[in-house]
Amino acid sequence: MNLRKFVQRRRRDAEVTEEIELHLSQEVEENVARGMSNEEARRQAYLKFGSSRRVREELWQQNTLALFENLWRDLKHAVRTLGRTPGFTVVAVLVMALGIGANTALFTVVRSVLLKPLPYKDPNRLVALCECMKGRVCDDNRGGIAAGSFAEWRKASKSFEQMALGQQWTSYNVSAEGGQLPERVPAGLISWNMFSTLGVQPALGRDFTADDDRQGANGTVMLSWGFWKRRFGGNASIVGKEVFLDAKPYTVIGVMPVWFAYPEAQTQVWAPVYHEMPPRVTRSFDNHQFDVVARLKPDATMAQALSELDAVQKQIKRDNPGPAVKEGVNGTLLLDNMVVDYKTPLYTLLAATGCVLLIACLNVANLLVARSATRRKETAIRAALGGNRWRLIREQITESLVLAAVGGAAGLALAYAGIAWLRVARNDLARAETIHVDGIVVLFVAGITFASGLLAGMIPAFNGGARILENLQESSRSHSGGQNQTRLRKGLLAAEVGLTVVLLVTAGLLLKSYRTLLYTDMGCATDNVLTMQLRLPEARYKEPMQKVAFFEQLIGRVRALPGVETAGLVTVAPGQGWGGDNLVAVVEHPPLPPGKSLDAMERAADPGYFAAMQIPIVRGRTFTDSERLDHAYVMILSQAAVKRFFPDGEDPIGKHLRMGITRQPFEIIGIAGDTRYSISEPMRPMMYWPLWGGVNSGVTILVRSTHDVESLALPVQKSIGGLDRDLPVSDVMTMQQMIGKSIVDASFDSTLTLAFAVIALVLAAVGLYGVLAYLTTQRRSEIGIRIALGAQRSEVLRMMLVNGLAPAWVGLGLGLLSGGFAVRLIRDMLYGVKPLDWSVFAGVALMLLLVSVIACAVPAWRASRLDPMEALRTE
Amino acid sequence: MGRDKPTDKNGEMLQGTLDMLVLRTLVMGDAHGHTIAKVIERTSEDVLEVEQGSLYPALHRLEDRGWVSSYWGASENNRKAKFYRLTASGKKQLVAETSRWRQMARAIGLVMGEGLAVQAKTPSAQKQEVPE
Repeated sequence: MNLRKFVQRRRRDAEVTEEIELHLSQEVEENVARGMSNEEARRQAYLKFGSSRRVREELWQQNTLALFENLWRDLKHAVRTLGRTPGFTVVAVLVMALGIGANTALFTVVRSVLLKPLPYKDPNRLVALCECMKGRVCDDNRGGIAAGSFAEWRKASKSFEQMALGQQWTSYNVSAEGGQLPERVPAGLISWNMFSTLGVQPALGRDFTADDDRQGANGTVMLSWGFWKRRFGGNASIVGKEVFLDAKPYTVIGVMPVWFAYPEAQTQVWAPVYHEMPPRVTRSFDNHQFDVVARLKPDATMAQALSELDAVQKQIKRDNPGPAVKEGVNGTLLLDNMVVDYKTPLYTLLAATGCVLLIACLNVANLLVARSATRRKETAIRAALGGNRWRLIREQITESLVLAAVGGAAGLALAYAGIAWLRVARNDLARAETIHVDGIVVLFVAGITFASGLLAGMIPAFNGGARILENLQESSRSHSGGQNQTRLRKGLLAAEVGLTVVLLVTAGLLLKSYRTLLYTDMGCATDNVLTMQLRLPEARYKEPMQKVAFFEQLIGRVRALPGVETAGLVTVAPGQGWGGDNLVAVVEHPPLPPGKSLDAMERAADPGYFAAMQIPIVRGRTFTDSERLDHAYVMILSQAAVKRFFPDGEDPIGKHLRMGITRQPFEIIGIAGDTRYSISEPMRPMMYWPLWGGVNSGVTILVRSTHDVESLALPVQKSIGGLDRDLPVSDVMTMQQMIGKSIVDASFDSTLTLAFAVIALVLAAVGLYGVLAYLTTQRRSEIGIRIALGAQRSEVLRMMLVNGLAPAWVGLGLGLLSGGFAVRLIRDMLYGVKPLDWSVFAGVALMLLLVSVIACAVPAWRASRLDPMEALRTE
Repeated sequence: MGRDKPTDKNGEMLQGTLDMLVLRTLVMGDAHGHTIAKVIERTSEDVLEVEQGSLYPALHRLEDRGWVSSYWGASENNRKAKFYRLTASGKKQLVAETSRWRQMARAIGLVMGEGLAVQAKTPSAQKQEVPE
């Protein structure tokens, strides 16, 4: 009702005006009828009525909602004042937009990736389990569970409703069919109850049953939505049909919903794990390649459930005291487990954007303080004339709120673009597919916009508005003014500089560790090396001889290709990841005490691999072509492995290693240089056996050339196609690309933080410049007098510089101090750099001082060039 | 906001009485502002002079409260004028105000020592209902 009146008050005013006019004219008519002259009649009528304007105003007031009215008036006032200084307004809005935009984008990512519950049924009862070597501390966050243990847990556990097994390291060749190319797709091997444990139903077809999930069952496979659309054109009749995976027939039983992404976003097909994996793996207690997802019963607690399993695992360890059998169980919520790698980096970036926004607010506050200083006289006069103090404060805050609101709108657009870019740039991020702007994000924008506007407006508004007399006196004498404002501005600036230093230090450390990563010695050739992977399907290449024959033919053809300098084959190339490890014992040594074990990563390579990849053979020799099949029990150790296995410095050549108990021992024939399995991890012991042994069916082909190695990809693929038409290759990329991909997050984190730090630095420099420029104008006449009295210009320059740089010094000190604490939080993200790296700190300090000096030099120089006559005349 | 409420500077009319007089006037039929003012003046034998500046705010206030409604029509000399009409709730309000006014007048009369004169009049006056 009131609101309607408020909205319609203009129309109502017109009505009242008309009413009053009618009233007056009737009065006039009556007066005329009484015999007055026209003039007199009109005069009397108006006299009697009184002020019609007052009546209208009164009614207007009656129809008004005070809140709206004031708000509207303040808004108009703010827009008008801002419009008067477009330069200031544009700068302030841009600053706000950057701060709010960056925050919004990061908040959206953090919310989608870290905070939003998983899209499964009751996701806070889903637990990811892990096995622990000692006590109950899992060394990394991968599951690392043996399927044998899983079976025992499932039998014994009373607190879990369901438990499901998964494995994400498998991929399948999908055969060429219907004119389509063969391709290699990442697969999830899961126990039949995985989907029901998660609480997900297939979008099409049926779920796995216990009957599918055993040795000897018919092959069954579930497709991902994306794969189904892409490869089978979204044709629903594919359900029930057969497809060939690794040259074996599988019946398609269904298609998962479009949003379903487990264990990874890239997973394209799912197959039952007990059908795919041989019993020796699924019954083992020391083959740790599985993940377990379990659903807690509604009345069970996680701690209780985990300690239950821990007891079971301790019993397993007592019954099977093998060195690789783990002795404890722990677990985390499934969500925490999935995002654990992204937590620190994302929160770090969010903190960085928070700093940027805070700096932006301080900067806008600073600009507003400067402006309120120039408007001090106006404010003082208005206050002296009885202007409501609250009203004056409100006007200032409204002004900064208007700035923030425009900035917030622009920031939202910025964030939108940023998120779109980020989804493409970081599609490796867990749950990247869920990142998007929604209602909560818009609310967040509104919230931080309001908070920023309030913060930026409060600081200047509450600063010295009350001392009317003082201000009026002050402004009448221009040279003594502004002490108060200046102190406030310097304080704000010191805070800004401090935050900037923290950001710069963080960015510097991340950048340095990124560069360290980038120039890490992989231990092998990385320039002009092309890699691609392929796997021979067991169904078609059953015999070791078949595999060896294929590989030998392949490498022969590749080496003969024009442009190829050398080529090699290895199961897992440097930088490609863990790729399997094994426990070994030195035959010539006494047995190790229980609980101790030797462990090394395992690789199979062809004889030419070491030469092709320029991995030095420091002692002994490489494999020969005759060391094949039954004669392949020879081994090359990496230097780190030698150090681990033969700590006393004996000569390993000619000694023997045993893997497992049954297999024939391997003779050590050579020592190779160390290589890294992952660029960000330290070198680990590694052992190689001949690929010609015929055990391995998956290999990486490495091709080296003098230049333009990428152009060799097609010829190599053609050679493979010439040997087997159905064999797809995957992950075709250069070694540099592969390394770049594995450090994409380091590059991403450091680049973004650096960008934020640079923004902060620019803002701080602008702030420094602004304050000193303002000070210079304030002290014009004082400086003029000084110069007139004979002060040296260099002296003036020095004085102004010292004055202007004071906040920079204070801020730098504060920043370095708090930076020293802040970097502890990002220790996990650093590689090869200590958190308190003195060169980074020193570099930051130097850069900040340099920028500050430049920012202050201009106004200081201008002050020293002042013409005293002119300066004093403007007094 | 915070402006003074309209007051009767001349003290010629008690606060709140104008509303009542307006309502009473409208009992005799719909009227526009000028007519209402004139009727009040004439029937009070020119004792009560409506301060016209407060008449229109009063009319709008009454309309806001739903005691009168308004419409645009033609005045006696065929000009467009805003007419006011008493609503049902306005009639109820008038009855309430009338009785309150009577009580007040009697009370004041008692204090001023004119008890008998007023008392004699009051019962009959109280019976006098507002004509439909």
